[in-house]
This record gives sequence, structure tokens and C-alpha cells, in this order.
Amino acid sequence: MVSLKINNRSIEVPEGTTILDATRLAGCPVPTLCYLKGINEIAACRVCIVEIKGIDHLVTSCNNAVTEGMEVYTNTAKVREARKTNVELIMSQHHTNCPSCVRSGTCQLQKIANSLNFVQDTYKIEPTYRDWDKSFPLIKDASKCIKCMRCIQVCDKIQGLNIWDVTGTGSYTGVDVSLNRVIRNADCSLCGQCITHCPTAALQERDDTAKLTDMDGALNDPDKITVVQVAPAVRAAWGETFGLSPEFATEGRLAAALRRLGFNYVFDTNFSADLTIMEEGTEFLARLNDGEEHRYPMFTSCCPGWVRFLKSQYPDMVGDLSSAKSPQQMFGAVAKTYFAQKIGCEPQDITCVSIMPCLAKKEECDLPTMYDSGVKDVDYVLTTRELCRMIKADQIDVSQLEEEGFDSPLGTGSGAGVIFGATGGVMEAALRTCYAIVMGENPPADAFKAVRGTMGWKEANFELGGRTIRTAVVSGLANTRRMIRALRAGEVSYDFVEVMACPGGCAGGGGQPIHDGCELAGERGAVLYHYDECNPLRFSHENPEVQALYADFLGEPNGEKAHHLLHTDHTAWDIPLTPHPDTNAVL
Amino acid sequence: MTTSKAQTVVEELYRDMERRIVSSPPGLCPIDLTASFLKMCHAQTCGKCVPCRIGLAQLGNLLDDVLKGRATPETLQLIKRTAHVIKTSADCAIGVEAANMVLKGIDGYYDDYMEHINHKRCLCHINQPVPCVALCPAGVDIPGYVALVAEGRYADAVKLIRKDNPFPTACALICEHPCEARCRRNMVDAPVNIRGLKRIAVEKAGVVPAPKCEPSTGKRNANTAGGPTGGSAASDLQLMGHHATVFEQRPKLGGMLLYGIPNYRLPRVMLQRDIDTILSTGVEVRLNSKIGDGEGQISMNTLRDEYDAVYISIGAHTDKKIGLEGEDAEGVLSAVEMLGSIGDGIIPDFRGKRVCVIGGGNVAMDVTRSAIRCGASKVSVVYRRRIKDMTALPDEIQGAAEEGANIMELYAPSRIETDGHNRVTALWASPKMIGKIERGRPSPTSTGLEDERIPCEVIIVAIGQGIETRHFETMGIPIQRGVIKAADWAAVENAPGVFAGGDCVTGPATVIRAIAAGKVAAANIDSYLGYHHIISTDVEVPQPSLADRHPCGRVNMKERPAADRKCDFDLIECPMSDKEAHQEASRCLRCDHYGYGIFKGGRTTEW
Repeated sequence: MVSLKINNRSIEVPEGTTILDATRLAGCPVPTLCYLKGINEIAACRVCIVEIKGIDHLVTSCNNAVTEGMEVYTNTAKVREARKTNVELIMSQHHTNCPSCVRSGTCQLQKIANSLNFVQDTYKIEPTYRDWDKSFPLIKDASKCIKCMRCIQVCDKIQGLNIWDVTGTGSYTGVDVSLNRVIRNADCSLCGQCITHCPTAALQERDDTAKLTDMDGALNDPDKITVVQVAPAVRAAWGETFGLSPEFATEGRLAAALRRLGFNYVFDTNFSADLTIMEEGTEFLARLNDGEEHRYPMFTSCCPGWVRFLKSQYPDMVGDLSSAKSPQQMFGAVAKTYFAQKIGCEPQDITCVSIMPCLAKKEECDLPTMYDSGVKDVDYVLTTRELCRMIKADQIDVSQLEEEGFDSPLGTGSGAGVIFGATGGVMEAALRTCYAIVMGENPPADAFKAVRGTMGWKEANFELGGRTIRTAVVSGLANTRRMIRALRAGEVSYDFVEVMACPGGCAGGGGQPIHDGCELAGERGAVLYHYDECNPLRFSHENPEVQALYADFLGEPNGEKAHHLLHTDHTAWDIPLTPHPDTNAVL
Repeated sequence: MTTSKAQTVVEELYRDMERRIVSSPPGLCPIDLTASFLKMCHAQTCGKCVPCRIGLAQLGNLLDDVLKGRATPETLQLIKRTAHVIKTSADCAIGVEAANMVLKGIDGYYDDYMEHINHKRCLCHINQPVPCVALCPAGVDIPGYVALVAEGRYADAVKLIRKDNPFPTACALICEHPCEARCRRNMVDAPVNIRGLKRIAVEKAGVVPAPKCEPSTGKRNANTAGGPTGGSAASDLQLMGHHATVFEQRPKLGGMLLYGIPNYRLPRVMLQRDIDTILSTGVEVRLNSKIGDGEGQISMNTLRDEYDAVYISIGAHTDKKIGLEGEDAEGVLSAVEMLGSIGDGIIPDFRGKRVCVIGGGNVAMDVTRSAIRCGASKVSVVYRRRIKDMTALPDEIQGAAEEGANIMELYAPSRIETDGHNRVTALWASPKMIGKIERGRPSPTSTGLEDERIPCEVIIVAIGQGIETRHFETMGIPIQRGVIKAADWAAVENAPGVFAGGDCVTGPATVIRAIAAGKVAAANIDSYLGYHHIISTDVEVPQPSLADRHPCGRVNMKERPAADRKCDFDLIECPMSDKEAHQEASRCLRCDHYGYGIFKGGRTTEW
């Protein structure tokens, strides 16, 4: 333990504690701006500075450890002046338009500036403006960038993709796509983690809400039947924006909110998650028994961020991806065929909208391979954040909403479907059904819980009909790269691997509500597992609506029609390749 | 003239700026720098003449347009035209040279201009976050070991250095310390004496055993010489678990460290400590084993057949001829020959003889100072440019002069005079004057004066070394411009399993570059053999101090008095004291923690 004084109060903290953590423990927390624990501890913004007795120079608290006998002061005149001035300097390069900014209320700069009692701008305001391809789902607004470097660090350390870098030097230093590329030419996975870790609105998703709500938007077009699907992870997070607990902000109230927004049919992606299991599960079993030697395992394909990653980083392994579409795209294809038939309309009469915790899904629905209904299967993808903005814009008082059910016939999902939103969930759901197919009876529903948990790289072996199935579950793309390198080097070997691009899975997705400095994937995942536990349906193959779909329309899982609508060719479109392919040379 | 207070302060700021420019991190935007320099140039203008007074301001505005993304290709044309007019019509150097700087830049970094103009972006990134580490070819964890020295943890410091450099003792004595060149401490006062701190670490550490080797992989690697690069690769490969065998043509290990560097700079006993530690990892050594096709020699193809990988590390041990009449006379030696024989323990007897050394590099200084120690009655260094143009380190030149060398600048050797028995009697040299600067160096030109006779019995030619490439060439190893051609990751094209590095690839260079090449080769041989071993250390580096950094002088190492040291081959340089080392190490600004280093490229803990 180390003894020190903070603002004249004695405190003992464990050795190695940062001054910042010590001030928090002592009840006199120091504000931070660029700091992200474990990710960005670079002391760039100089907001967390403190004064230490005997040292003239102010010291940053986020990246320096306490020492025995240290006397720390968090609010001396010198500290106050420097803290305020540094924030004023940051503000002078920030395009401040809080009322019309998507991050108003979740912006860390706004929060700090507000707390520091500014009454006027001290310095000349001169933000930097730069061009950006506004058609890309990931938008960077240089005028709001405060060069905290968090996006660079998250992309480098957590996602291992190095899409962002410092550009220019001196007063022209900025953050932009690395290697002087434009974002379209970069191998960005579109995971959106840079957005959820950005303290301001310098990074945000392409806002597609206007395509629904404008005068000529789909929701206002009397000739359009609007169909919305909600991804599993959305229900675990949407209430956060309104300060509601997950117990209150249920999927039932979410369905109610969507109806208030004007959607004609409110469906659930849990349904098509179950459908995915039917397809991917049978595909896996077929592959397991095809008698061929597979160098690599079968990879899940429901995360488009991961698919983008694999295509850009290890294109030679794309053949090992499951050919199953993501639940979002399966839903779109089914909605515009089976459902259209049911209600007696043409595919083009339907506008299919997804609410996703994800940016990559915005790009996925635009792929040339996603027109299997004859028209674009999914028209628009909104993130959880965009949905919440729409709810706010319509002044819906969510605290007054009553719970409502999803519509039929694409609105029933099993517990296996809902856990798709958490890392390990797809694997667990698939194993539940694979077991039932192989053994002819259901396993205990929690038989495969060994794959749960937010650890970045999990392994578990299961006995299935006298065979050991070696599985791995990874989330976060840096973890994914480690796993793939180990696979390629022959250090590990699996039969079935689930990958989700975002740490913790979709629950921690790049389209989810933002809480600065908090990683909520674990908590949101727990909400999803609770939904699973409470659902009387625990197995995808027991979903009656899925069963009806096969009986009435598709035929067999992996059959011809199912293949046409529910599977895809991952090689039929291109993504820029990584500029740093793995090589054996060490410089 | 009385100096005002303002002027005194400005004079101080000039010196501050000079030091600041010295420690400028590489990789800065050249256009941004040009604009900044231009602003200073403009501040220097007296304001009398139009081109300088107004032109420089307008040039500044135009550069600003480029930097702020407002420029078009026409802007660049206008910059060119304006700068050209200022250069040709300004009245004095203040305007002429300022404009010339801009013109040089347009030529020198045209691509940067175009990137700014076309894409509103810069081609530059800061790529040297920790200047010392980035400038050390082997990437030694300098802030780490300096911090350990500050705490008196010398053995840990040596362990940490060894992670990247298995020759800590040799480098402690003779490294050219590129690490100090841009030390950020220069902005405060003067660079940290990094080599001096390494010296005390190796001096006081006692015996520091080599780390344990990884389990044997059963793979075998041959290194074609036991110099710094071969030794470094052998050590690293052995630690990774591959068996390394060193084939050394000489009777002793050490390469140029032994056969090129005199004992007074690197004592044999101290070099031996590095070699012993390397050998303790289990490296197999075959002395007197030359790679070649002569009798008793081992051919390259045999090595390739018998070993899984071969590292060509033969260095640069042949001498270059000067091409003077009389060069074959008795008494004419090459530096390589002389230092080589001293390395084998045969000290030439120059008692009563007058010696002329031809050359101005570090090797020339080594032979000069060795000749003095061999008893020469007079040693003259004959160099065709000025002393300040010599490539030798200033300390070496000064040291030689202190020991009595007669340094004759601006004399170009013209012929060697011999007696009837073909013995050297004198060196004739033409007096030169320094002339125009071409490609950055002033060239010596004729004075028109008569050649002068420098009577002597011994002439030592120290104008560079070459590489013995013939055998390798016949074995299909690509040779380019006299050196072995290898990729920057050490692989030799079209020769799987063959790697090359060090002086035989780069031409004669520094020890630390050779060591670094060995490290790169080891990593790539490991990878070629199908492994990914990690070299790391468990040494924990102290946290950076939070204390204020007050300006403080740099501790330099003292040398033994010239009159004393010139009589023997014993080590010249005296180490720092513990107290000095503590103070000097505490001057380190810990750029791994403060500044860009904590963001990117701080301390590298493994490779």
C-alpha cells in the first residue's frame, strides 16, 4: 500500500494506483477527457492535471502512479487555471453546435466544458474542416475532432485494424484514415468501435433516419408497407438513452415505440436468428460429415464486420465462412417473399427497415448480393442510436408506454435467437440445435453455457454423438487476428468458430448508445441471457413460426429455396485488402 | 557597443533555437517547417528592399494556402515565380537565401507540395517518437536502461541492453551513439551521455549471465564470421533454440571489434566478456575456418547443404588501394593489415620511424594513434580537405592531436618516394585550397604551389575497406556494387535459407548497425525455420520521475592524460563515478513516457 494525501486528506491505495484513481477513491475526482482506461492513457488533453507538492510542473493524473508520501492537490489556483485554459483551447478548435449535435448529452467535451463554468469563448474559434465521403456508413467530422487519439487506439489495440492514424504534424496535426487513404479505399470493418469510444461527434454513423421520416420518406409514403425488424442486442440497450432500466425498457415497450413511430409491422430479428441456426447448424453438421479434411474450421457469418475483416485481411479463408446470410439479411429476403406473399403484395411494396447495434449492417444491406427477393432485401438500417433519436424526435414518452407484442409471422424468437446479441450466443444456439438434430432429442438448454462470458477468446469442447466438437468463440478483431494467426500457424485447431467483430458481441456494438468510458457489453449480454432464460422456447428448431416458414414456403433447411434466399456468396463482392498482409519478414 | 538586455536575451534564444533545431524530430512536414523558417527569415529583413520586405511575406501567405488546403497547382507556380524573383533581385543574402530555401524545397519535396495541393493532406507522420531508440539501429531500450542506471541497477541495465544487443560492453566503449544525436534533452541543455551510462553499467554490473535458451528446435544455422553481426545473430538464434555455428577465418573471434579497433579504445579483456557471454549460450565456434573454395576452406554450398540456414556475415576486411605511384614499396601498409596484425598480438615496431597516415576517417585516427603507440618518432596525418571536413569523430581527431599527431590538412598525396631498395623514403603531397561546395561538401582545388616532400619510412593507407565477394559470387550469391545484395530483412534473393547482413551488405559501417543487422537476420531466420520466438526480458523499468527537470550540465568522460596514454595500448577513457552516473541518468527526459512516446512507439519490450 502507498500512503499519500489528496487535498490534505490522508489515503492509502495499492501500489501502482494512478493518481487519477486515487483522487476518485479519495472522493475528489479529477475530470478526464482523452483518457480511456487501458486503451488511451496518453495524457494528451492535459485536463486531468493535478499539482503535487514540491513539483513545479503540473502532473497528469491519468498516466502517473502515486508514490509514498505524495501530496496531491486537485483544485489549486494553478490547476484550475490550467484545466480551464486547456479546455478553452480544445474548444477553440471544436465546431461547437451542441443543440444540433447527435452527441449532445453524451459528449464528454460538452460535459467538461459545462462543468468548468465557462461564460464566454476566450480564443478565436477555428475548427478544421475536411472533406468526407458522406455515403459511407462511418462519418468523420474533422471540425469536431479534438485529437484525443482514442479512435486510433481503439482501432489499433482492440480491433487491430489500424484504420486511423495521426496525419500531418505541428499545428496541422489531425486524425484521419491511415496511409493517406480515403475511407472507401481502406479495409475498415465498420465495427463502429471508434464511434462508441469517441468523446465527441467527430465520429458518427451516417444518419439514415431522414430516409424514413422526411416528407417523401418511407414512413410517410402511403404506398409503402413498412416492416421493421429489431436485432437482439437493441432491446438490451435502447432504454439507456432514456435513463430507463432494462427491466422497464423491455422488448415489449420497444415494439410499442416502433408502432408509435408508424411502422406497419413490427417484427423481431430473433425470428431470423432462429432461421440462421437452422441453416448454419445444418450446414455445420453437413460439413462435419462430408469426409473432407478441412484445414480451417467453419466460421459463423452473421457478423458483417467480421466478414469484412476476413475478406480484407485473410481473403484465402473466405471459403471457410458459413454461406448463411446474417439474420438481418435472411429476414429481409423472407419478408419480401414469404411475408409479401402472405399479405398479398409485391416485394417492392415493402420497405424493410432494420434496427441494429451495428454500422457494418448498413453497408451489408447495400451489397449487390442482397437482392434475392428481386429487389433490395433490406432497405434501410438504423443503429440503436438513430432509433432513439427518432423516438425522441416524435416526443414519445417512453416511460408511459405499455408493453406490446411483436407481429406475426416473423415476430417469434426463441431464447436461442435472442442470445445472438452476445458473444458466444450464436455458438450456443447452434449447438443446442445441432445436438437435437444429431441426438434426436433436446439437450438441457444450458448444456453449452461454457461458451458464455465476455472473454475475448474462449475455447470449449463438447461431445456430440460420440465425437468431440472443438469450438472457439472470439470477439473483438484484435482477438480475432490472434486466433487466426494461431490457426494458420497450426497452434490451434477447431471445428466451429464464432466470431463477432465487437468486443462482447453485438451487445457492445458500434451502433449502441454511448456512455463515455463505460464498456457495457457484459451487462447488456446479461440482459439477453435473462431473456433467454425467461423464454419458454429455448431452441431455434422449436420456433413455430420458423417451422411454419419451412413447411409452407422454404422446404428443407439448406434446401434449394432456402439456399437461394438464405445463403450468399461471400466472394461476389470486393473490399479493399489490408495494406499490411501478414508476412514472415521481420524488419 | 553596449548590449541591451533585450539583445542579450535574443542571443540566448538564438542558442536555444540552435539546440532545438538539432533535436528536431525527423518526419515533420517540410512545408510547415519551410513556412516557419520563412517567417524567421522575414523577421531578419531590414525592410529596405521590395523583394525581401514584401516578397517573403507573400511567399509566407502562399505557403499558408498550401498548408491550409486552399492552394491549386497555380499557387505552386506563383510560389516558384515569387521565390525566383526574390532570389535574383534581392539586394543581400537575407532575401536571396530565404528565397533559395523555398526553391530548394520545391525541388526537394515536390511530392509533399502536390499531396497538400491535391489531397489537402501531408505525406509526413512523426515516426520517431523516442528519438534515442528510433535512432539506435538495434532499437535498444535506452530510456529503460538509463532509468535503471539512475537507480544503480547496473546488472538489470545490462540485461535490458542485451535483449537487443549482445555486445553491451563493446558498444559501451566504441559505439558512435547515434542515439544522442537528437536527444530531446538538447532542448533543455545538452544530450544525455548515453554511451557513458552504458559504460558504467557494464563496468559495475559484474558478471551478468546470458538468459536461458529456449528448448532446442533441432535446427542448425551457420554464421560465416564471428564479428559483431555474426556474433549477434548467433547469440539470438541460440537463445531461440536454434543451434548456431560460427565459422571464423581468423584465429580469434570479434571481427572488426578485435581486428579493427585498437585496444586503447576497446580492451581485449572487455570485448572478451561479451564474447564469453555469447559463447555461454552454446554457440559452436570453428576458428581458422574461411568460407571459400581454396584448400582447407569451406565452400558456401557445403554450408547450405549441411545447415538449415546460413548467415553471411563476413564484414569488410579487404583494403582499398589509393592508386599512387610507389604504393607497392616496402613500408607501405594498409590500415586493415596494421590493425589486423595488432589484433593478433603482433605489435609493429615503429621506433625511430616517421609515419604518414593517408585518410581522414575514424580508421585513419585509429592507425595514427596506434602508430604513436608503436613508438613512431613522428606521425603525420595527410588529408586533402580541412580538418573540419574529416569524417572521423571530432573527439578522435582531437585525441590524436593531443597525443602528438601532426595533422596536415589540405594536402593531397601525390606520390611515394622510394630508395634504391624500394623502401619508402617520403610521401609527396600537393598543397590544396578549399573550394566550391559541391553536393554538400567543399572540394579541394589546386593552389598552384609546388608539391611538398614529407620524409617518412612508413606510410599507412586508411581510405576504406572492401568486401571479399568473389567466392560468394561464384556460388550464385548476388553481388551489387561490390557488396552482397540482400533484402532489408536480410534474405538473399534466389537463395532460400541464405541471409546476409552487416558490413558485407552495407559496406563499412558502424558496429551498432552490424549488430542490428544480426538481430534482423536472427528474427527472419527464425521465421524462415518456421518459428516465431519472442526475445524479451523480465527486467522491470522504474517509473519515470515526476520531478521538475532543471537545466544541468552533461557529464563527459575524462581521458587519461595524453602524455601518459600515448605510451601504451591501455584504455584511454575513464568511466563516470556512481554519483556522476546518477546525475547524468536523471537528466533523461523519459521520452518513452512524456510526449509522443506514450502514445506510439514508446518502450518495446520484446521482438
